[in-house]
Amino acid sequence: MIARAPRNLSALLVLGIPLLWIVVFMLLPYGIIVTYSFWLKSYPTFKPAFQFGNYLTLLTDVQYLQVLGRTLKISILVSILSLGLAYPFAWWLVFRCRSQALRTWAYMAVIAPLWVSYLLRAYIWKTILGTEGILNSFLMSTGLISEPSSLFLYNQFAMVVTLTYIFIPFMVMPIYTALERIPLNLAEASADLGMGPVQTFLKVTLPLSTPGIAAGFTLTFCLSFGDFIAPFLVGGPDGNLIASVIQTQFGAALNWPLGSALSIVMLIIVLAIVSLSDRLEATAHTGAA
Amino acid sequence: MAAIIELQRISKHYSKTIIGVDDVSLDVEDGEFVTLLGPSGCGKSTLLRMIGGFEAPTHGMIRLAGQDVTHVPPYRRDVNMVFQDYALFPHMTVGENIAYGLKIQGRSRAQARDMAVDALALVGLPDKIDQKPAQLSGGQRQRVALARAIVRRPKVLLLDEPLSALDARLRDQMRIEMKHLHEKVGITFIMVTHDQEEALTMSDRVVVMEKGRVAQDGRPQDLYDQPASPYVANFIGTTNFVAGSLTGRSPAGTRIASAAGDFTATADLALPQGAEVTLGFRPEKVRLLAEGETAANVVPGRIAEVIYYGLGLRTTVELAGGTQVHVDCLLPDSLARSAVPQPGAPVRLGIEPHNVFVFAGRVAA
Ligand SMILES: Nc1ncnc2c1ncn2[C@@H]1O[C@H](COP(=O)(O)OP(=O)(O)O)[C@@H](O)[C@H]1O
Ligand SMILES: [Mg+2]
Repeated sequence: MIARAPRNLSALLVLGIPLLWIVVFMLLPYGIIVTYSFWLKSYPTFKPAFQFGNYLTLLTDVQYLQVLGRTLKISILVSILSLGLAYPFAWWLVFRCRSQALRTWAYMAVIAPLWVSYLLRAYIWKTILGTEGILNSFLMSTGLISEPSSLFLYNQFAMVVTLTYIFIPFMVMPIYTALERIPLNLAEASADLGMGPVQTFLKVTLPLSTPGIAAGFTLTFCLSFGDFIAPFLVGGPDGNLIASVIQTQFGAALNWPLGSALSIVMLIIVLAIVSLSDRLEATAHTGAA
Repeated sequence: MAAIIELQRISKHYSKTIIGVDDVSLDVEDGEFVTLLGPSGCGKSTLLRMIGGFEAPTHGMIRLAGQDVTHVPPYRRDVNMVFQDYALFPHMTVGENIAYGLKIQGRSRAQARDMAVDALALVGLPDKIDQKPAQLSGGQRQRVALARAIVRRPKVLLLDEPLSALDARLRDQMRIEMKHLHEKVGITFIMVTHDQEEALTMSDRVVVMEKGRVAQDGRPQDLYDQPASPYVANFIGTTNFVAGSLTGRSPAGTRIASAAGDFTATADLALPQGAEVTLGFRPEKVRLLAEGETAANVVPGRIAEVIYYGLGLRTTVELAGGTQVHVDCLLPDSLARSAVPQPGAPVRLGIEPHNVFVFAGRVAA
């Protein structure tokens, strides 16, 4: 009995501290935001209430729906572009790259930027795409254009490129892991049973890598969906994304209730995507089980 | 019968120093059960994979049913493989796994399913068609892999250590079943194994490999009774070796002198008198002679150790000159145990001349 008490205490500490952490730093803030989302704005402060006006505004005001639509579009484009670049790369690394050293280096080259400050990575594209930037100098040196073009920066294209660059490691990692887990002899077995390389890819490699695709897609989508730096740096006038609007609502516009409602809508969308991809992965797993 | 597989001077050099297979020529008859036998790393899998099309030989030619298939990819070869760890598709059911290679052969879905059912019945697994591989035991997976490979009725079925992942009891059972399966389907089987017992019990012909080359190729019995080299003699069964030299020939056979005594062997080697040779005889082909008993070759010795292993006794006997040899004898009944030889006791070994192998040269150890 005497020996038992400290053990219970340590168990309490071990489980209790993280639990407390979650409550204080995650659930509590969400609770506050949910509460705010029902309040009313009364410039320059807010007053407690329980009404759905903020949500109604979001659903009826074209401006917000537009931002939401644009954010969805950009996030999906980023995810698709990342997938299109990451999958062949990871596939090549896992199945075609003969040299272990080259594989490690190539993989690290893609992952390494994660250790570089996010802001710096976003700035890199500003310098590449800008009027004084590398892309323009290059195109001018080749004679394709005669004067610097401002077409590359401050638009949705620039955002998609920048966000893809920033978040592509999150697509590469899960796909690489999924592909690496596929035993090499499955492709051989498929060939043995008469399937050419393309059919083997479609019937064996691709289905077995869907959990990785789902995970990568979810990660890049959710990260792009919540991003506000890229729109700020390279987005330009029509580049407002939902996260930057939220930032404005909490900042300059001083409309915390509306900002909170927007945050909640965003959270719901992200959670929906995550649970959808979870379900996809689960079916892929029971498929594999 | 015609050769279904012809390997003509096949080599596989992975690099300048790593040679997987070294100048192998081999014909496999249609319907034969051939086993490639050898220790790990001797190139068995490499040879099998070249027949399957997974590796291209660096030299030589492979013919399948008369056609040159040396550089034909696996998906265009009428050959199927049972992989060592089965390589079943984890995301497909057993039925889908088996039907996988049938659609490309132009079978309808219903036809493919019927064939899968038949194939499963053939391997004794009729009720698992809708399960996933992960729900099956190792032995069941092995049967599915077999069914998936034979359902396409290939000209040749390749099996890479098909039983190595199974436990001993199941392995014994599968040996018999696979032999029966071979007889039933009439497809040529080429199996790889490092287990000599497996090779001997299952195959019509055994190809013993050593360092990428063929050491000997023959019926199991011939390999056992007439091994071509000490390597084969010791890889298939066990063999006692005694160093000696050729002293002459008599009507009874070749005369050989050794530190342990003189031997007569039926085997005749085209060697000059005085040539260094190695004698070999199997532990189970030696008798411990009783008082007054005699044999064509009688070798005196002293018992060093006696090990009881249920079925009989393995006795280690030290011969004159210090060579130790094993002698196996079955225990006819429990009474005979009183006659168990004791360590230190002098014995006489009786060996018949036709049971004495003679190899040119001396073997180390
Ligand atoms: N892909 C490969 N690359 C380089 N060397 C290999 C490769 N596969 C096999 N080897 C080498 O070839 C030799 C024969 O291998 P293998 O055919 O697998 O032998 P076994 O099946 O008899 O154990 C071994 O020395 C092995 O290390
Ligand atoms: Mg092998």
